[in-house]
Amino acid sequence: MEHLFVIFITVFLVNNFVLAKFLGLCPFLGVSKSLGSAKSMGIAVTFVMTIASVVTWCVNRFLLVPYHVSYLKTIVFILVIATLVQLVELFIAKVSPTLQRVLGIYLPLITTNCAVLGVCILNVQEEFGFIESVVHGFSAGLGFTLAICMMAGIRERLEFARVPAAMQGFPISLIVGGLMALSFFGFQGFFAH
Amino acid sequence: MGVGSEFKKGIIRENPTFKLLLGLCPTLAVTTSVKNGIGMGLATTFVLLGANFVISVLRNFIPDKIRIPAFIVIISTFVTLIDLLLAAYLPALHEALGIFIPLIVVNCIIMGRAEAFASRSPVVHSIADALGMGIGFTLSLSLISAVRELFGTGQLLGLDVINAFYEPAVIMILPPGAFLTMGLLLGLLNYISGRKR
Repeated sequence: MEHLFVIFITVFLVNNFVLAKFLGLCPFLGVSKSLGSAKSMGIAVTFVMTIASVVTWCVNRFLLVPYHVSYLKTIVFILVIATLVQLVELFIAKVSPTLQRVLGIYLPLITTNCAVLGVCILNVQEEFGFIESVVHGFSAGLGFTLAICMMAGIRERLEFARVPAAMQGFPISLIVGGLMALSFFGFQGFFAH
Repeated sequence: MGVGSEFKKGIIRENPTFKLLLGLCPTLAVTTSVKNGIGMGLATTFVLLGANFVISVLRNFIPDKIRIPAFIVIISTFVTLIDLLLAAYLPALHEALGIFIPLIVVNCIIMGRAEAFASRSPVVHSIADALGMGIGFTLSLSLISAVRELFGTGQLLGLDVINAFYEPAVIMILPPGAFLTMGLLLGLLNYISGRKR
């Protein structure tokens, strides 16, 4: 139980996926103009990351490893994720049209989100067990949600700030990201390994 | 457009990093030293070249409805190739780039060029486009990593360039430095192009 908590804090704060590992930067900068859409994106990513961790762990453990084709994991994982996103989309459309309206446009974008593929590959690299993989995927998604919501909150206020013309838009957002990364750096050394 | 201008557009006018802001994850993650930056740039160029070539050759055979999955399979095949090649011949670079080699699959530059260019252009043009975009990406990574390595360690390509009295600002090679460098460089480029106008 304790090491699950360590995994959670590590990917949620200390090695935050966005701010320390640079995974999922495209949505982090692209979908963070308003807090509402940032929240939806965060939920969608957390959802897909958790399911993708479950499925790719099973695929790796029961298909790739027994047949000695681990080198195919990049191809197989990306196809699994793409299929999964499609299925999730169909499922949500059927079950909850409200949720579909909220997440709708974000789901297709997630296929090419490197954070999702990243978490699956890291699960294999770190040789996590099943429960660990699920916790890892879920907390990485939560960490992403935290980062993108903070970014959206700051950017909503930046709208009213007097930013020099050349720095408007992406440049100032990147600087904000840098300052956020700097403050998250303070969590470094939380656990003495 | 001629083959020559298809090649040239990726380097400055439609530079994938600074003009189109594509492929930001590897751009920020691996630019801690010039060597890693160039390595990542060349690996991406290889995948871009292979994917653009194959997709352009097969463009009349791939049914429109399943083109995205087909592109993904083609791209990830080349990524697996470069992954195994680097592991075999350049293990140090493979170690340094780590998880970002398999993640070339989801680099939006490659998918973007496949969808927007290679799937509707002749083979020679697609190769020129891939080379131009690849070199543009490599040059941008070199620029960013040069700034970070210079201020972060006082070195360039592992050689001392600033004299011994310079205290390296380690923050530049840590994650926050990546965001700050990229933000300031983009701002600078905006400023320069704004003054020209």
